[in-house]
Amino acid sequence: MDNVKQEQNSSDGMDKQYSDSGTTSPSLRMIGVGKSFPGVRALNNVDFNLHCGEIHALMGENGAGKSTLIKVLTGVYPMDEGKVYIDGKQTFIRSPLDAQKYGISTVYQELNLCPNLTVAENLFLGREPLKRGLIDWKCMNQEADKLLKELNISAESTAQLDSYSIAIQQMIAIARAVNTECKYLILDEPTSSLDADEVEGLFKLMRQLRKNQVGIIFITHFIEQVYEICDRITVLRNGELVEECEIENLPRFELVKKMMGKEIEVLSDLNVHIDESIYESEVPVLEARDLSSGGSKVAPFNLRIYKGEVIGFSGLLGSGRSELVRTIYGADKAIEGQQYIKGKNVIIKNTLDAMKHGMAYLPEDRKAEGILADLSVRENIIIALQAKQGLFKRLSRKEMEEYADEYIKLLNIKTASQETPIKSLSGGNQQKVILARWLLTNPEFMILDEPTRGIDVGTKTEIQKLILKLADEGKSVAFISSELDEMLRTCSRIVVMRDRQKVGELTDSDLNQDTIMRTIAGGEQ
Amino acid sequence: MSDLKVKNKLGESTFVSIAKSLTSNRLTFSVIILLIVVIQNIITTPGFFNITIANGLISGYIPNILDEASELVIVTLGMTLVTAASGGQDISAGAIMAVAASFCGLMLNGTEYRTDVFHSPYIVAIIVGLLGGALCGAFNGFLVSKLKMPPMLTSLILFTAGRSIAKQITHGQTIYIMNPVYKWLGVQIPGVPIRTTIIVSTLTVIIITLLTRLTSVGLYIQSVGINDASSRLVGLNSSVIKLLTFVLYGVLAGLAGLVGSSSIGSVNSGELGLGIEMDAILAVALGGNNLGGGKFSIAGSIIGAYTIQAITTTLYAMNVRADQLNVFKALIIIVIIVANSDVFKAKIKRFTQTIFSKNVSVGG
Repeated sequence: MDNVKQEQNSSDGMDKQYSDSGTTSPSLRMIGVGKSFPGVRALNNVDFNLHCGEIHALMGENGAGKSTLIKVLTGVYPMDEGKVYIDGKQTFIRSPLDAQKYGISTVYQELNLCPNLTVAENLFLGREPLKRGLIDWKCMNQEADKLLKELNISAESTAQLDSYSIAIQQMIAIARAVNTECKYLILDEPTSSLDADEVEGLFKLMRQLRKNQVGIIFITHFIEQVYEICDRITVLRNGELVEECEIENLPRFELVKKMMGKEIEVLSDLNVHIDESIYESEVPVLEARDLSSGGSKVAPFNLRIYKGEVIGFSGLLGSGRSELVRTIYGADKAIEGQQYIKGKNVIIKNTLDAMKHGMAYLPEDRKAEGILADLSVRENIIIALQAKQGLFKRLSRKEMEEYADEYIKLLNIKTASQETPIKSLSGGNQQKVILARWLLTNPEFMILDEPTRGIDVGTKTEIQKLILKLADEGKSVAFISSELDEMLRTCSRIVVMRDRQKVGELTDSDLNQDTIMRTIAGGEQ
Repeated sequence: MSDLKVKNKLGESTFVSIAKSLTSNRLTFSVIILLIVVIQNIITTPGFFNITIANGLISGYIPNILDEASELVIVTLGMTLVTAASGGQDISAGAIMAVAASFCGLMLNGTEYRTDVFHSPYIVAIIVGLLGGALCGAFNGFLVSKLKMPPMLTSLILFTAGRSIAKQITHGQTIYIMNPVYKWLGVQIPGVPIRTTIIVSTLTVIIITLLTRLTSVGLYIQSVGINDASSRLVGLNSSVIKLLTFVLYGVLAGLAGLVGSSSIGSVNSGELGLGIEMDAILAVALGGNNLGGGKFSIAGSIIGAYTIQAITTTLYAMNVRADQLNVFKALIIIVIIVANSDVFKAKIKRFTQTIFSKNVSVGG
């Protein structure tokens, strides 16, 4: 794992223009990478450079192309365009096995270790030291102990893997990756389920590896962590490279701006009228006091939501904005805190309780948690109302058809008929069906988590209008969107989340892109 | 030129729509198989449609099939619901039948292994038997819905232990219930010309159909089976719904057990309903239901069950030995699996398309 040879090789045959930073030219470089999927341009002319002995943050919001880039690099997807150079030599990575051959290892969020084998067995799985055709257990355990000690991982080589915490298991996965002559290590959101101490332990290991001249790609949503440990950063947005630089040259605010898109539109059609008096006079429709669903999901928060307001929840992906609303709705179990509906203390044990208290929740992931793919549009529309009414008060066929008809017309849902399975509708129309499902239950407080993601522009505008109309009718709406201008157009108040915590509430003059992004970025202003 | 195009378009739409509705309709496959069996019978068995009255009972080829299929039909109903809700299959039906029948036998016979006096009222014994079935179903359902274990693995417990438990209930013996009233459920109620098994299975089908149609049970089960997470977010308690289907399955298997033991007048926990769960799974698949859960068709499953029985009866009539029967069933399974595979479906699609394009070129 010494760097001398690499440095010698890296300069020949390469144009100097690509070595845009640092004194040494990068050891791994991807140039002009393009990748398309049917209907989507996932990566467009992206350059990526990784030096040995650096920790390189790869940042971007959902759909930015991070995972596609990693999958291209590790040979999971073939690339459509572009070249990969390792140590200055053009390299073709056609399969994950190829990637491993070139010293590229990945540790995914879901660990692919064997929990019921020992630590040593996991470390040496598939390349156990042999002695006369049999596994040399003694040698294997010794080697494992040596490796663990070298990397300061506090684990016994002979203990069963699942007797350790996820954090230690993750480190063992990293140790395994490093042990296979790895020069480049990709860590895909390794910290998402770790607590603060465990993250510190992981960082120690990462620093150690950096010292050993391993080039680490660190994918995370936690801004703090990026600034704590990374040397350089690459930011992607919508499949394009937007920034590659030293971390100290990119202030937090700039980073957030680059991730979220910096085109600040003129918000001429901002027609939010806020009646300030409601905040003092009225009892909130919903109030949360110190509500929390556990440290790794969302830290305790206080929140008041009033009648007829649209409240926005902003923050980067993984900031806890979805977890917060899920806790309110009872989709994630609240482990502490109180909830009040119109001033009355209520206990929401499950989603049905929330629905009975007048809540509705449109989930972020339409496919996994929203639609009932094989059921018809009609059934998808009436299911929530039917669930609320219970088993024996079945809606008659006629009622169902009338409701479905009403909402198909109201929301302008384009479907061949009520009986068409929802899965054959377009994304935008599927989303409208889910909206219809919740409108039918006549909720007082609607939670819309990314209702406009991945749907066409026309439908987007329709949904924004609908949100404002609902507020006009006296309903309260919680609105989450990755697009700031969309939120600014509709929300009268925006709650900002960062790293699983509620960090601010913005109103009035603070409701502008600049302030929101500064709050999201946190740290030095 | 434009005229021709319009014609082609029309031709395509009618052709494709017929082909589509035939291939997409889940009943098509089972109906076709049933038709094949019936036609085969009409050719080989002259008296296939004959119905006579013997000993005060309507009898003949078809009533015979309906009678013999009744246990399978009842179990298949339960299997359909369990499959739809949990996306897996419960293989303990035969064992549950034995347990339920043993409970019933215990109530009727007490400690005696052969008697013609009921020790408790028949209706009470029936209820206790069904409760025994419900208990078994609840056990499976608890493991599946609360502990999130796969149904087939879960039901392996009772599949293995059920018959031994049943044997313990009857003190390790086959018990004989000589009171003629006992045969009311499985043979005939005096004065009624139709076999009770046919009445019971028909009534059960009607009750389950009404349950899924008049209440929201059917919708809830499909919803949970299609997408557990979505169902939870719209306020459905998916584990309760799954549990319910397993309890129902237990009760239905219990009923099948009571019918089965009544028809032979004894409780033999080693033999009762042996292998019925596999036929039930086959019936569910034959009925065009997705074994991975979700949408279900009770009509399809029932047709599937009768088809299997018709095949069995037909093969027996053709002097196929019992030990050869399974080979034929295996052949049917192969056909179902292949016909439902994605590769085969894609091939068929391409095939119909090429046929269609040939038609057009000929027509043009």
